[in-house]
Amino acid sequence: MSQAATAAVAVEGRNLVKAFGQGNAAVRALDDVSVTIAKGEFFTLLGPSGCGKTTLLRLIAGFESPTSGEILLDGRDITALPPNRRPVNTVFQSYALFPHLTVAQNVAFGLQMLGKPKAEVSATVERMLALVKLEAFAARRTSQLSGGQQQRVALARALAPAPQVLLLDEPLSALDLKLRKEMQTELKRLQTETGITFVFVTHDQEEALTMSDRVAVMSAGQILQTGTPRQIYTRPANRFVASFIGETNFLTARISGGAAHLAGGVIPLPAGTADTASATLAIRPEHLRLAPPGTPGALTATVAHSVYFGTDSHLHLRLADGAELVARQQTSADGAAGPEPGAEVGVMIAEGAVQVLQE
Amino acid sequence: MAKRSARPFSVTDLPGFATIAILAFVALYVPILTLVAYSFNGATSVAVWGGFSLQWYVAAWDNTVVQAAAMRSLGIAACASVLATTVATMAALGTTRTAPFRGQTAIYVAINQPLMVPEIVTAVALLIFFAAIKVATGYTGLAYLVMAHTAFCIPFAYLPIRARLEGMDLSLETAAADLYASRWHTFRYVTLPLLAPGIAAGAMLAFVISLDDVVITEFVKSAGQDTLPTYMLGQMRRAITPETNAISTALLALTVLLLTAFFILTRKRD
Amino acid sequence: MTRTAEQQQKAATTRRNWALSAPALLVLALFASGPLLIVLVYSFLRPGSYSGVEWEFTTEAWQGIFLTRDIFDGTLGWADAHLSIFWRSVKLSLTTTILTFAFGFPTAWFIATRPARARAFWLFLITIPFWTNLLIRTFAINEVIRNEGLMNTVLIKLGVIAEPIRVIYTDTAVLIGMTYVYLPLMVLPLFAAIDRFDMKLLEAGYDLYASRWQVLRRVVLPIVKPGIVAGSILVFVPSLGAYVTPRVLGGGKNMMIGNFIELQFGQGRNWPLGSALAMLLLLIVMVALLVYVRAATKGAPQGGH
Repeated sequence: MSQAATAAVAVEGRNLVKAFGQGNAAVRALDDVSVTIAKGEFFTLLGPSGCGKTTLLRLIAGFESPTSGEILLDGRDITALPPNRRPVNTVFQSYALFPHLTVAQNVAFGLQMLGKPKAEVSATVERMLALVKLEAFAARRTSQLSGGQQQRVALARALAPAPQVLLLDEPLSALDLKLRKEMQTELKRLQTETGITFVFVTHDQEEALTMSDRVAVMSAGQILQTGTPRQIYTRPANRFVASFIGETNFLTARISGGAAHLAGGVIPLPAGTADTASATLAIRPEHLRLAPPGTPGALTATVAHSVYFGTDSHLHLRLADGAELVARQQTSADGAAGPEPGAEVGVMIAEGAVQVLQE
Repeated sequence: MAKRSARPFSVTDLPGFATIAILAFVALYVPILTLVAYSFNGATSVAVWGGFSLQWYVAAWDNTVVQAAAMRSLGIAACASVLATTVATMAALGTTRTAPFRGQTAIYVAINQPLMVPEIVTAVALLIFFAAIKVATGYTGLAYLVMAHTAFCIPFAYLPIRARLEGMDLSLETAAADLYASRWHTFRYVTLPLLAPGIAAGAMLAFVISLDDVVITEFVKSAGQDTLPTYMLGQMRRAITPETNAISTALLALTVLLLTAFFILTRKRD
Repeated sequence: MTRTAEQQQKAATTRRNWALSAPALLVLALFASGPLLIVLVYSFLRPGSYSGVEWEFTTEAWQGIFLTRDIFDGTLGWADAHLSIFWRSVKLSLTTTILTFAFGFPTAWFIATRPARARAFWLFLITIPFWTNLLIRTFAINEVIRNEGLMNTVLIKLGVIAEPIRVIYTDTAVLIGMTYVYLPLMVLPLFAAIDRFDMKLLEAGYDLYASRWQVLRRVVLPIVKPGIVAGSILVFVPSLGAYVTPRVLGGGKNMMIGNFIELQFGQGRNWPLGSALAMLLLLIVMVALLVYVRAATKGAPQGGH
């Protein structure tokens, strides 16, 4: 069984530490990070800037050496290998296309460095340009291309040598919104078609959720949670993950007898929840539903104000102790306005929507 | 277990480059430092070291020929740099931050022309030209040297002034004009003060360039018009004494001083 | 015909800008560019008996650069002495350019890849010799290589050699001197080009399996080519016209074009030949500059200047 598991692993990082600077001024960009990335998966490192996600990517690429820890590629220790001897390619945030070469020459570069025969190089270049739909631009200089086209060249160039793993460092951040959406679909398609393992770095949670097979959420040099987008969204491991991905209401409550006690009422919790004097509950705004005041099982709250978004509105509610929470209300078909500010309402919570966070 | 390579891979390192670079810096500075060290030589010959002494500085200072040459060098450099900076400032105002106009490139090429012609060619040209004027007018004064120096100093004065002008915020002048300042007032109270560091930098470069010139001066000077560099060139053909080292060191110190000032002036925002 | 306000404005701008540039242009025309025309004219005249010229058109001076009349039988033959001076000048200048590049490129690379603060320091260190009097620098290298200089003194003290190595007054001395003197002229434009070079491209190169040598040859050198061309021109042009360095380090025998031109205006007393030589030197330099402009505009990756 462990045999099979090892075979399916593309990249493994073991207890990776990367410190920049010396002595007291040293900053730990990575603080004992271990990660396992499976073959053929679209794996995303998600986190705010400075969380260490790019450092981890650069360690895999070989541009930086870890202070301690190991990196394994296909079960082989590559920690000491320089980047030009790792079967890994990178799509750079700034694309880093060679300005003195044409599009085709850029794509051919890696293959030539590997010493591939001429015929194979030109065949692969043609295939790659077709893959990214840039056949017509082969002879152009890269400076004559639009941002989106440069992005495609960078992709083709990195995919051409058929790397075991493709590393993508915020490749979409320089594109405008419309192009970014297009490229998201494009990237996913390329990944499925080529079957290559993608390690994708982003600070955009929506990008991470829509494209990835699995996501690792990072903060302050550590991986806080790894899981499928669904797991990360519905079962965030802690407050940081819950707040970084999507919108979340945090409520402080006392837990006793399998229920959470709040200022506005009592919420039933899954069986076996331990008693505690103060716990943090996370509830997504879309899991709250308004009900007439006094409905059994509903919390009592007052409407503070509401913000209209078209498809839905956000109702800002206040509990008796001043705690605030937001409920997302779908706009009704008849266009009727919701409750006015100051109105008292009942708040129903969907079953299983409450997540008790470990502090 | 991972075996760690002795040195982590650095992207910007190229093999042997740092070594060659350090060697180059050593090679650049050993001769200069040797020259400086020998200027403090207590011995009468450059061949032996006779302990630390300022005697050669004293000797140079007391040498009336050196005194005259130094005064001449400084005088020519002062006149040439003032003249060159004045005309270069005007030219910079005329060719920078303006709508394209007929002849702009021609002016630019003409101003930079001394940078493109080998010094020896200019020197020969001026020798012929001035020889004719000397015959015609009988005048053999220092004006020839001043004008020759002014000409080749112009591009050196022009470049920093132009750079400063290009980096200047146009909106300040527009604002002044908006506040009813006349053209002259705008120039006098807004443009000129802002441009001052560039002008000072240009003047300094011109001064250094004039002070350093050997070739053109050697060809243009009349008898008895040696500047410090041509005096030293003459000395080098005879027996070299540490006096030449002392004069060189003094000139070197002056250059470093002016250069430091130049760096401070041009460093502005950053 | 009436002119639009826009045309009038444009004409006024042109007039104002020319007026502002006029004093500088006048000084340059009188004391830099104009006299070059006189040299051109003189190169087509007959030498005067004592010095100066006789006003008589002839191409003798130009022919005299390459050909010489045998004093005994009056036949024309190649002016070997002149040609060897030309050959020496070109050879020394090219070698100087290559040597300054060999040392200058690693130096410029080293400076450009230092952290910001250290970089300012190293840059200042290269700028000092750049602006230091050429004569002083020639004199400084003389202090090292002359027979009783630093190099020989140290080597004899160390027992490496018994007799001083006689370098001074040889072509080697001129070559060492010019390489030393012109090295900063190579480093600064190279530094400027490397400074603009996007270091991410190195990562891209290594990421795509290039070795250090391949990254240097296939990525770095083609992109910084304008800097290489600029540095080479900046070294080659003054090397070819060098006067001070060969005079101080080469002694009387190892002349370069510059010294040979001077000779015609001094002891040689052949002003037309000197003028023709000066014009030929200028011509070579102009060709080199033209090559530079073409290479720089063609080689610049982003269309640039």
